[in-house]
Amino acid sequence: MNTTHTTSRRNFLKLGSLTTGGLLIGFNWFDNSVKAAVVAGGDAKETLAFNSYLSIATDGTITIYSPNPELGQNIKTSFPMVVAEELEADWTKVKVEQAMLDNKFDRQLTGGSGAVPHSWMRLRKAGATAKYVLIQAAAQQWQVDASACYAENGFVIHRPSGKKLGYGELATAASALTAPADVPLKDRKDFKLIGTAVRNVENKNIITGKPLFGLDFYRDGMAMAMIQRPPAFGTKIKSVDAAAAKASPGIVDVVTFKNNVAVVGNSTWAIMKARKLLKIEYEKDGNIESSEDHDKILKDLLDNDNGKATVQRKDGDVKAAFAGAAKVIEAEYQCPFLVHTPMEPMNFFAHVREDGIELIGPSQTPARAREAVSKMLNVPEDKITLQITRLGGGFGRRLKFDYVVEAAELSGIIKKPVKVMWTKEDEMQGGSYRPAVRYRFKAALDGSGNLVGYQLRGVGINAGNSTREDNFPSGAVDHLLIENVEYVSPITTGAWRAPITNFLAFAEQTFLDEVAMAAGKDPVQFRLDLLAKAKQKPVGAIKYNIDRMVTVIKTAAEKSGWGTKKDVAQGFSVYFSHQSYVAQVCEVVMEKGKPAVKKIYAVSDCGQVINLSGARHQVMGAIVDGYGNAMYGKISFKDGASEQKNYNNYRIIRMKEIPEVEPHFVDNGIDPTGLGEPALPPTGGAVANAIFKATGKRLRNQPFSAEDVFKA
Amino acid sequence: MPVYKLNINGKVREADVPADTPLLWVLRDELQLPGTKYGCGIAQCGACTVHLNGVAMRSCSLPVSAIQAAAITTIEGLSEKGDHPVQLAWDELDVPQCGYCQAGQIMTAAALLKKNPHPTDEEIGNAMHGNICRCGAYHRIREAVKSASTKI
Repeated sequence: MNTTHTTSRRNFLKLGSLTTGGLLIGFNWFDNSVKAAVVAGGDAKETLAFNSYLSIATDGTITIYSPNPELGQNIKTSFPMVVAEELEADWTKVKVEQAMLDNKFDRQLTGGSGAVPHSWMRLRKAGATAKYVLIQAAAQQWQVDASACYAENGFVIHRPSGKKLGYGELATAASALTAPADVPLKDRKDFKLIGTAVRNVENKNIITGKPLFGLDFYRDGMAMAMIQRPPAFGTKIKSVDAAAAKASPGIVDVVTFKNNVAVVGNSTWAIMKARKLLKIEYEKDGNIESSEDHDKILKDLLDNDNGKATVQRKDGDVKAAFAGAAKVIEAEYQCPFLVHTPMEPMNFFAHVREDGIELIGPSQTPARAREAVSKMLNVPEDKITLQITRLGGGFGRRLKFDYVVEAAELSGIIKKPVKVMWTKEDEMQGGSYRPAVRYRFKAALDGSGNLVGYQLRGVGINAGNSTREDNFPSGAVDHLLIENVEYVSPITTGAWRAPITNFLAFAEQTFLDEVAMAAGKDPVQFRLDLLAKAKQKPVGAIKYNIDRMVTVIKTAAEKSGWGTKKDVAQGFSVYFSHQSYVAQVCEVVMEKGKPAVKKIYAVSDCGQVINLSGARHQVMGAIVDGYGNAMYGKISFKDGASEQKNYNNYRIIRMKEIPEVEPHFVDNGIDPTGLGEPALPPTGGAVANAIFKATGKRLRNQPFSAEDVFKA
Repeated sequence: MPVYKLNINGKVREADVPADTPLLWVLRDELQLPGTKYGCGIAQCGACTVHLNGVAMRSCSLPVSAIQAAAITTIEGLSEKGDHPVQLAWDELDVPQCGYCQAGQIMTAAALLKKNPHPTDEEIGNAMHGNICRCGAYHRIREAVKSASTKI
């Protein structure tokens, strides 16, 4: 039986009875007209009709659907926590399910540290509206005033008499009621779940090896495939001899489309072996570039004012400021390409049928993937389903949907359901890299050591705008010029965790340290002085929150005992990225003549912390990621081919190499501002500044491990 | 193709596969045991770790023909109810982020503790060095190994 509720006059929450006798709540906080909840056959997955929902079964089980892809940021635990908090649910009775891709959700993606800030109020209202009607239902049953009732731990309680009814008992009656759009929300001081440490809802499945990931998806009759893509950027297929591969045992077909040769078979090992038998000739199809070419190109773009630079921000008169400066400091910073290389290789299942397309797999942007498949195969989006599996990491790689489109295209050609899998070697040549970038900074100090002029030119390979022109110290410097030049290359890039700032923050925060030293000032005080100036006499627009930045700086200095330790060298860094603020202090000691990174303190202002366990884990992981990639990460190119092919020569940080991390959070009572990325950008600068303190040597190039201070 | 009789998680399982097929793909593609993960395929990341007669092995580089009568344990067979001390510690310390590497991490840790029930930090670091966690959950992995070592 299907139950449909029609649109009501006011922006009311709609409730529909589940066929199981439970309560289903859907809501849409964008529209004034409320869309109807449609419940078909009791199968909730097929009936998701709004931007989020929860159901309550008559046995009291609460199911909360988590719409956003889970890749380790712990969204599948933190989202339901927010709903459960306002609902006054018994957390032990909450079931969490990953939602399918559904138009009724908004922003069903994982990226930009934006999911929690975006959904915070929506999730709270989801819980609060349900609680409201459950209380109403209980009051009606008892024939008492609803204001004499309250909800707690999955029950509605009548305060004067102590009578109580469970949510499951009330679910059916509550389904006939509506709640006002401006339903009251809890006061922060009454939060019981939000801000506490709650274990990942998926722990049990992960530790017992349940098939949660895209690569774990198998279906009878499904083919498997791997695709040989060009071995170098700037090349295309000239000829394909697939005879030997086709004749290899277990191979169903070998298909060439665009620059791809797909080997399709009935087992992974069969296709891996057959793929090696392909004989493909490639020919030139564009610039074939090597890293040494990029070095020259980037140097030229820095050195020569060739009219290509875009002015990103200009305050005052930089020329005059530098002409009249008492001291000028200049430095260059550079980073290589990086690959995302999440642990779960790229993969996607696609089944192109006569009546529509079925897609299953890991994606950070399922809606964009579906849109791209729709355009490619000319099939309307409403004929395409996409089931989001757990992602074995993303780091931005799965914001691209090339691997989804490719799977769908192949399925359309071979007319079979197929799971396309990548190897690490495929990924390292696979066309999504953190761009290689170079920065040149200049600073002008006056006779008192004040920063009066600041210049930054960023140049990058397919980096777009390699600067973040409005970030600190913009707004604190009277004369400032920030420019960018992009070089367009066949080597395609993509968003890599904390795009641009993952390296820019290191460069800016290390350069500010250099300037502070040249000015004879303490690096922490130097930053605070600049922020004080920005507060009192702002120059141009200020697009960061000065008070939040000051607070994390001061707290990090306090927690780390900044300036009070004699046995360790400390380095400081602070960065605003996405919507959050993180300050870090790194501690280095010398061991056998080399700097050893021992500890990193991190003070984060991400607004309200939802899950303390998850938040701490995000900060620690982001620091390990930021530190590991600053130390070891490098993709270089020779004749259009990446020189690193797998983990044997693309180095990922390992357990013995991690420093201790001590995370702290600022409790400032504001709404959440996101934490998936913001703890990563400051790490490189804190480390490099501490190493300078310990050794007197500046690290200006990544990876650090190739620099002299680490050599024997 | 030869039919291999394998002793997996205490049961005899048959696989009709080429002799050079890595155990990883026998488990995943043939025997419906996808808990063992494919990561790098060249024994560098540890995601595919299983036990061979109680010793941690990289299944991506172990041909099925080399196994013979050896007892194989996968993450699905580490404990019946998911309550091996290492698994419990992983939950208690809330170790997983994305979770993809964790089966391999757990199998390596369980093999370590079987051989050396009370390892030092250094010994944990050495044993776990072959297992990559791209999310960087290493602090909690190390803590969980230590915690499990007090309960084994």
